[in-house]
Amino acid sequence: MNIGSGSLVTVPSSAASWKSSDVVSDQFPVGLRVLVVDDDPTCLRILEKMLRNCHYEVTKCNRAEVALSLLRENKNGFDIVISDVHMPDMDGFKLLEHIGLEMDLPVIMMSADDSKDVVMKGVTHGAYDYLIKPVRIEALKNIWQHVVRKKKHEWKDNNFDQSGSVEEGDRQQKPSEDVDYSSSANEGNWKNSKKRKEEEEEAEERDDTSTLKKPRVVWSVELHQQFVQAVHQLGIDKAVPKKILELMNVPGLTRENVASHLQKYRLYLRRLSGVSQHQNGLNSSFIGRPDATFGTISPLNGLDIQAIAAAGQIPAQSLATLQAAALGRSATKSAISVPLVDQRNLFSFENSKLRFPEGQQQLNNSNKQIDLLHGIPTTMEPKQLANLHHPSQSFVGMNMQVNSTSQHNNSVLMRMSQSQPRAQMLNGANNGSQVSRLPLSMQQSLSSEGIPGGVLAQSGIVDNARGSVYNPVSQASSMVDFSVKSKELQSYNFSLGSNSSGISTLTNRGMLQEAMNSDIKGSRGFPSNYDIFNELHQPKSQNWGLQNIGSIFDASHHPSIQGTQGVSSQLLLQQGISSTHNNGQNRNAPIGKPMYSNGEESGHASPMGGPQLNSVGGNMLAVKAERFPEADYRSIIFPEQFGQDDLMSAFLKQQGSVGPVETEFGFDGYTLDNLPV
Amino acid sequence: MVGTANSFTTGRNRITNPTNHSQKRLQIYHGTNLHFCTTPFDCYFLFAPPATPLPLLPKAVYQRFKEMEVGQLQRSFVEYMASLFREGFLDAQFSQLQQLQDDSNPDFVVEVVSLFFEDSERLLNDLTTALDQPNVDFKQVDAHVHQLKGSSSSVGAQRVKNCCIPFRNCCEEHNTEACLRCLQQIKQEYLLVKSKLQTLFELEQQIVAAGGAIPMVQ
Repeated sequence: MNIGSGSLVTVPSSAASWKSSDVVSDQFPVGLRVLVVDDDPTCLRILEKMLRNCHYEVTKCNRAEVALSLLRENKNGFDIVISDVHMPDMDGFKLLEHIGLEMDLPVIMMSADDSKDVVMKGVTHGAYDYLIKPVRIEALKNIWQHVVRKKKHEWKDNNFDQSGSVEEGDRQQKPSEDVDYSSSANEGNWKNSKKRKEEEEEAEERDDTSTLKKPRVVWSVELHQQFVQAVHQLGIDKAVPKKILELMNVPGLTRENVASHLQKYRLYLRRLSGVSQHQNGLNSSFIGRPDATFGTISPLNGLDIQAIAAAGQIPAQSLATLQAAALGRSATKSAISVPLVDQRNLFSFENSKLRFPEGQQQLNNSNKQIDLLHGIPTTMEPKQLANLHHPSQSFVGMNMQVNSTSQHNNSVLMRMSQSQPRAQMLNGANNGSQVSRLPLSMQQSLSSEGIPGGVLAQSGIVDNARGSVYNPVSQASSMVDFSVKSKELQSYNFSLGSNSSGISTLTNRGMLQEAMNSDIKGSRGFPSNYDIFNELHQPKSQNWGLQNIGSIFDASHHPSIQGTQGVSSQLLLQQGISSTHNNGQNRNAPIGKPMYSNGEESGHASPMGGPQLNSVGGNMLAVKAERFPEADYRSIIFPEQFGQDDLMSAFLKQQGSVGPVETEFGFDGYTLDNLPV
Repeated sequence: MVGTANSFTTGRNRITNPTNHSQKRLQIYHGTNLHFCTTPFDCYFLFAPPATPLPLLPKAVYQRFKEMEVGQLQRSFVEYMASLFREGFLDAQFSQLQQLQDDSNPDFVVEVVSLFFEDSERLLNDLTTALDQPNVDFKQVDAHVHQLKGSSSSVGAQRVKNCCIPFRNCCEEHNTEACLRCLQQIKQEYLLVKSKLQTLFELEQQIVAAGGAIPMVQ
């Protein structure tokens, strides 16, 4: 797909005319170029015939290597890839990662295996869909939606200036398509509701989205800063283009410009939080309810974002500013999501650079962004909060939803296999508490006194447009878990590792897993010594980007920030272990651990008392003892603990598979319930 | 000697007259049915009352005869297919395959099923070998079974697919004995569905040879 620079007006990535405009031609999806990979000749033949009957152009191959070389030779030769999961020469998920990394095409997985953990793995690796064999032709008829969706999101990304009509149309498409598309995992419903809500949001903001070409407005840094300030002033929820325009008071700027820019901005934020989408959603929802409790998180979220950004591209200074800004903030909602989003960006530097040039600027430039960031998740995802109480499934859904909203970050490697386990957890394998555990611990470990930014580790489920609910939940649970488990730390390390892996190279997946495994193992035995992280991370031989992050966190580790209790740093680290490529959905690092230190001022009843993680060697994220109303979580802790042990052991058992660990970090549906609001 | 009166199932009722010493033998159309009528009256019982007097059986009669035969074959085909579905040998996926078949791919179903046969036999051989090892690699066995499950479900071989599920459980339990039993069962089911499908295809061929069209079974 076309990750173009901002100057692209259209997405001329392929010959098909429908791709280059926001208007889908009548002919579409005729001629969609599909590559089918399956080692089973029977299935291959059947799929080929079915796809031909759908009037698609089909190329089939029975080996993953062949498929990859085909794709490499014709970079723009295919629109979508359908791949089997179990193949003798290469694992389907690996192929998925490769394709995402190199070609950034939407990939649909399929298998006769319909067990939830495998499906979750597909989701967390960033598959656009997962079909269960035997595949029906009806299921194949709708695969074009994934291509369109991806294109539109990319196009929107690349065209900051464009009106949001495309998105709206796309969004409207999504729910219906999701509903129809019954063969996908059951997050479809979540996706639908999430997307519909997003639609409503967007529709509000976008007054008259016209597709008329206007003189292109260049959103310079200053202009954007003004914009962000205005939005911040108004509050992200209330930021209406008209008012923003008035506040900005820039001659020559039209409301439409502002509207589209706002939309992009929101999507950007959503995307940022998309990595830890669920976290964002969870956070926001969480924050929404127990406002006092999580209020402090939001400033930290902003900070986190900064941290992430800093890690990636933003100097520590801006981080500092952001942190300060974040600190100043109190009780803003959904701060967590922001850092998460940023983190994703950080981890996929190249992508984020491409994708969020403005975003980065924003982070650098405006402290107020934090507010916005905070705000955005709330606005975007409060509705999903309703899902919070649902068991793990809802988390998955939420994450999915969040992810979809932040689909911009294609190359986010954040989505690591950790997210898989998390997703798995969410899927019912684990308690919701387990799910949240990881994010929680992540958060805590990450948020060392003010590690700014919100390194939001997004627990793996983050998938397209999901998990808005997830975030808050994870937050809650993470808080609970933090004080409890050393294992979480281990998993935290794991997630950290994965984060870095996400950052550096998506293809380091295998390494990452190993490292993470070793990390986790290493950290076992240190119940409340969060310095484990230091140790764990030291042996990191892989050039996980975490180092960058760590240094940034250190840099931003301001005493002032530390001092402020109110700073809730939610660090959601996403491990982009699993899938390196962005399917246009935010695949945020699987391990998103919302980290936030809830200071006293935020109203937490009691400090978490969790051990503090001291960032070491640039790789470690210091974790500040978080204060949580422990009493609230006590009841939750133990059950979670129990689950976590299982998870840990399961995780350790599975060498090289991030999955089980992630489950630990999944968000706990019921944890949320227990949390006081 | 003579077929049942008013029986139009000429395809099935082949009456051959053993006694051929009669010189005046009325030889009805050889066509697909061979029967010698010793007396003209025999014909009356074999065929619909011909529009023309015997022994001149015109093309029309012959055509009708053929039609009856095709019709009979088609009915047999439909019935047989229904029984396969009824007895669980085939499921809805097979119908999907049939619907995929069109003029551009007139032999689609046969082609796919042939691929399935090849693939399955290879997998069953691999399974036999794998379970024959002193140290059974259950992961490998499970992978094979998984693939067999995938391909059998894709063609709609329901019984074979259903055998794969307990098989996988046995693999998870690392129970060689149970796996061998499952393998045995799968082989049986596979051979059964193979012969059934082959019969079905033969019926199809007969229909086509008789000039008829293969009925679509929904």
